[in-house]
Amino acid sequence: MYELIIIGAGPAGITASVYAARKKLEFLVITKDIGGQAALSGEIENYTGYQFISGPELAKKFEEHIRKYGVEVREGEEVIRVSRRDNLVEIFSYKGEYKAKTVIIASGKRSRELKVPGEKEFKNRGLTYCATCDGPLFAGKEVAVIGGGNSALDASLQLVRIAKKIYLVNIAQELIGDKIMQEKLLGYKNVEVLNNKKVTAVLGDKMVKSISIKDIVSGKEEVLDIEGVFVEIGLIPNSEFAVDVEKNQFGEIKVNCHNETNIPGIFAAGDVTDVPEKQIVIACGEGAKACLSAFTYLSTQK
Amino acid sequence: MSKSVKIYSTPTCPFCIRAKQFLKENKITFEDLDVSQNPEYAEEMIRKSGQMGVPVLDIEGEIIVGFDKERIKSALGL
Repeated sequence: MYELIIIGAGPAGITASVYAARKKLEFLVITKDIGGQAALSGEIENYTGYQFISGPELAKKFEEHIRKYGVEVREGEEVIRVSRRDNLVEIFSYKGEYKAKTVIIASGKRSRELKVPGEKEFKNRGLTYCATCDGPLFAGKEVAVIGGGNSALDASLQLVRIAKKIYLVNIAQELIGDKIMQEKLLGYKNVEVLNNKKVTAVLGDKMVKSISIKDIVSGKEEVLDIEGVFVEIGLIPNSEFAVDVEKNQFGEIKVNCHNETNIPGIFAAGDVTDVPEKQIVIACGEGAKACLSAFTYLSTQK
Repeated sequence: MSKSVKIYSTPTCPFCIRAKQFLKENKITFEDLDVSQNPEYAEEMIRKSGQMGVPVLDIEGEIIVGFDKERIKSALGL
């Protein structure tokens, strides 16, 4: 029996852990990985105190921070169900079953898939959701980045010095990512933006050879010969396991300004919630708030 | 008797960094092959694992794709 279980160890979960450790709560962290999406970012220039830090470096700093407090972390463990029963929260994972007085869900988001033929077959065979990880394997090759938001621009910026040519395949009329990133990217001659284009299939033999794209205005289809596909079309919340918790239309867990969900004892923080704006610094703040709210809840329960 | 351990990685990949940290923590000596610097390593990795995702670990011929802690542990007999 724990006072608190934190699900996830991205910016929100890590910050909640640091606060929980300092409040000397009896708690446990269950997580698939450490660092979450932050670990996959290329360049981070808007996290206070760091004018520049890479995602993996920040993730390492996060990990060092919780290791300092000797936090109990079950890494590589995925939660499959969270529900409240008899005044307690029950948490089931593929590896075990836990009970706690409170839980903070900070499970973040994962990459949205294209859902087109060939996507599954060519995953890691030229198609990837992580430019930071796999980008360097495409040195001197022609690649396509799918998307038009900040993550697509970030992925493209990571690739400009590696790949020979980058097609940025964007379904909307124009790019929606930050202007400063757009300007930076468009300064490179090896980048070509293709607006109003939808990917309809990923093609190849052993590895990716091309993608089929359709112009959503003219309806015309064409084949783009590339050897790499970087899918950056947004994110979906990892909230399926929180069965009884109220969510919005996007599957994000609804929280109030105290990070409380509709179920007493269940709190949520960071990108998995409906908090406006998904940013590392915001997720950190939300994680801190969630922990302090759980702490207050615990003291009123005694 | 220590096993031969190779890791195919890129310097930026967080799971590569974590996998290497894990090996170090367990005092496993390993050969780090940076596929971003050497296309031969990249080809070798693709041939061995049939895919392009990093990290790939080669532990005495057993190929492990990704930072799969449990499989790494069992391959190393930890």
